[in-house]
Amino acid sequence: MSLLHYLVLSPFILAIFIPFLYKWFRNVHTGWFILPLPVILFGYLLTFVTTGQGMEVVEETVPWVPSLGINFTVYLDGLSLLFALLITGIGALVVLYSIFYIANKKDEPLNNFYVYLLMFMGAMLGVVLTDNLIVIYVFWELTSLASSLLIAYWFHKEKSRYGAQKSMLITVSGGFAMLAGFSLLYVITGTFSIQGIIEQSAQVIASPLAVPAMLLVLAGAFTKSAQFPFHIWLPDAMEAPTPVSAYLHSATMVKAGIYLVARFTPVFGGMPEWFWIVSAAGIITLTWGSISAVRQKDLKAILAFSTVSQLGLIMTLLGLGSAALYFDVANEGQYYTFAVMAAVFHLINHATFKGGLFMAVGIIDHETGTRDIRKLGGLMSVMPITFTISLIGLASMAGLPPFNGFLSKEMFFTGVLDATELPIFNMQTVGLMFPVLAWIASIFTFLYCLIMLMKTFFGKYQPEKLEKEAHEAPIGMLISPIILISLVVIIGFFPNILAYTIIEPVMNSILPGFTFEPNIYHWHGLNTEIFMTVGVILFGSLIFMNLNRWQETYFFLRERDPLNQVYDKGLDGLITGAQGITNIQMTGLLRDYFAYMSVFMVGALMFTMFWFDAFTFDVNFGMMGSITPYAVIIIVLLAVVSLALPFIQHRVSAIAVLGVVGFLIALLFVNFRAPDLALTQLLVETVMVVLFLLCFYFLPELKRGDFKPKFRWLNLVISISVGLTVSLIGISALSLSQTDGYESISMYFIENTYELTGGKNMVNMILDDFRALDTILEVLVLGIAALGVVALIKLRFKGGEDV
Amino acid sequence: MKTNYVMLHTITRIVALIVLSFSVYLFFAGHYTPGGGFIGGLMFACGLLLLYLSFDLNKITTVLPIDFEKVIAIGLLIGIGTGLNSLLFGDPFLTMYFDYYDVWLLGEVGLTTTTPFAIAIFLVVVGVALLTILTIAGDEA
Repeated sequence: MSLLHYLVLSPFILAIFIPFLYKWFRNVHTGWFILPLPVILFGYLLTFVTTGQGMEVVEETVPWVPSLGINFTVYLDGLSLLFALLITGIGALVVLYSIFYIANKKDEPLNNFYVYLLMFMGAMLGVVLTDNLIVIYVFWELTSLASSLLIAYWFHKEKSRYGAQKSMLITVSGGFAMLAGFSLLYVITGTFSIQGIIEQSAQVIASPLAVPAMLLVLAGAFTKSAQFPFHIWLPDAMEAPTPVSAYLHSATMVKAGIYLVARFTPVFGGMPEWFWIVSAAGIITLTWGSISAVRQKDLKAILAFSTVSQLGLIMTLLGLGSAALYFDVANEGQYYTFAVMAAVFHLINHATFKGGLFMAVGIIDHETGTRDIRKLGGLMSVMPITFTISLIGLASMAGLPPFNGFLSKEMFFTGVLDATELPIFNMQTVGLMFPVLAWIASIFTFLYCLIMLMKTFFGKYQPEKLEKEAHEAPIGMLISPIILISLVVIIGFFPNILAYTIIEPVMNSILPGFTFEPNIYHWHGLNTEIFMTVGVILFGSLIFMNLNRWQETYFFLRERDPLNQVYDKGLDGLITGAQGITNIQMTGLLRDYFAYMSVFMVGALMFTMFWFDAFTFDVNFGMMGSITPYAVIIIVLLAVVSLALPFIQHRVSAIAVLGVVGFLIALLFVNFRAPDLALTQLLVETVMVVLFLLCFYFLPELKRGDFKPKFRWLNLVISISVGLTVSLIGISALSLSQTDGYESISMYFIENTYELTGGKNMVNMILDDFRALDTILEVLVLGIAALGVVALIKLRFKGGEDV
Repeated sequence: MKTNYVMLHTITRIVALIVLSFSVYLFFAGHYTPGGGFIGGLMFACGLLLLYLSFDLNKITTVLPIDFEKVIAIGLLIGIGTGLNSLLFGDPFLTMYFDYYDVWLLGEVGLTTTTPFAIAIFLVVVGVALLTILTIAGDEA
């Protein structure tokens, strides 16, 4: 275990102590205990940032399941470092902000909030810092779980639960698809290590499984990063407390999909399918998100759709940039790497301005009691600091100089314009769609930024519509957004402080082999990009001035994304369908269930036996011991009693007779000198008889006329086939052991039991030592079954409950 | 006519004692001769069941106020604890150890970590058998 392993695990370790700290120090806000951790982690991670060229990659491995190639390998390169810095940096700011945002109230257990938050932090660090796909998958699903729990933090609200369920269903199904994709990659390359897969990328691309693997991995990335049409969970996730929205649903978790796409660019980059799917999904999400954002009335909903569209922007750039890998490093490939650089730069910028904006909206919500833009207005003079924060954040998001958003938006335009010149993938014809859509989306981005600013801070102050009297937030709440917004300004003026420290190492991990000179500057001369920006401002303002006419249209009145209907109908259909299928098979009659089980067992066994052609009847009777008369007597008795069973009409007598069968079997074991088995059989039989008698005491009397004759024939066929299957398999096993010289495993136990375990009772030593894992799992099943009985009986519905 | 249970009660008192102590014997015998955690547990459960059957359910519950859900939980925890123990020594989960020690008055005694494991099995088996049966028997519906 290296320090980096502890870095990933430390949030989980701290989370164990949170409930106790919460209980013992009720007067101290639990957040203060959390705050040091992300700060320390951030500080430690900063030591990996280099100022010179080239970053040293750190790799440390702890074996987990080495036999399956699953190892907890920490891999820290530029890309991981950027994300880890975001997670811990923004994490620290969000924790600080949350201390003032979430009050220490009795009915809202703070410890839950911080335990989930730490769980998320650890899981997210795990996703970005590990190299092994299976470990990534585990952490990936943990982030989904933590996100869902945090959305449902105010679980008494119906909408919170709906949002939590939705995000869970969508992201976890995506994650599951991703696991299938990882498995396919393992089939192709024989390794779960991402670096190992990257080394074999030529082999991956050549494989016929490449496209399915790619689609499945992308399903995980797109659901997590809220790409069209999976983006519908993100607006509903806004029911979470605002610190959570700022942290998970704008700065970190939703970028996990971006991370995954960036990580797999060296593997799939250069494939036309990858290029088209990633960039098309991105550009559609960008446009759809920005257009949807315009018609929202809730500040957080605007930000949610804005996040969706910005994620689409980054995704588009990653997709377009992947074309570079199609070419040789020495040739024109270099030219197209620019898009990836824009993506990385915008990813950082988005985290700063969107984080700040979310916090500002949280402040407005906290201090006025509403986020509805129809009720807000004129807050500029009431909340001057929040206004300044929002102004800078929104200007940056809209792409106005001199802030960092302007720089990355210009780079984005350059990226999409360059892409139209690509000589491959039909880009010279269809490729024109990219700059056009990008431009339209930017107009709407500008428009919703303007709406947010004007409707909240300008216009008329309407104190009668607000729940509280508005005033500026306490200083503690303002620190975090001020830090983030200062970063917006600093990066805007001095973008090149990031150039070789962060951006270049990241580029080296996304597009290995290329050399980069990341120089970012404001003024490029009068080129197409600057005219596009001017056009965006012009058209955006024009629409805003005519907004009053637009507002009454159908488009503006319908806030909800139409795709939600697909989800809602689909979920309802799934539940009804599942119930339908269940109702067909669950008849409530035990004998039907026994019939299913028997038929399945016979089918599965017979199929396997025929498939492998395993039936042999070549038994050498000479090699078997003689049969004692006792055994013959017991077996005849067994047969007679068993045959008599179906004809007994009284339940209690049937149980007693069944007990006789059990005791006869115990006798048979005695005859074959297996005292342990005989003893167990006797005892189990005793307990079973008591149990059966008790159960049947509650059942109605067995009546003869109940069965239809046809049904009984079917039962006869089933019972005979079960008997036949078991007998045939028994004979085949005997015959195989005689002919093919298979040595019985019991010899091993006979030879080694005393040596290895110090015990002489072989059966027990197998149970307690050799196969102890089986035993503990068996008793676990027993325990679960007993608790199931308790649940079924004691928690039974009395009728009339809402299920 | 009121049924008289005197015979049953008197015999049960003696038999239950024998059954219960025999189950403990079976438990410890399991290392070298037939017996062990599973059989011992079943036998112990049978002994207790005998008590519950011949006396009243409520009467035994007042005499033996045992929560069998907790018995299962404790058993499972002991079992997993035995497994985790070996992780401390860097061995795989559920590695068992044994050695011989000179104990005062008893001479050389073989001690093994399968014993706590067998105790775990014992507890779970007793808990499961009695929890299931008592729950069904105590059902009012």
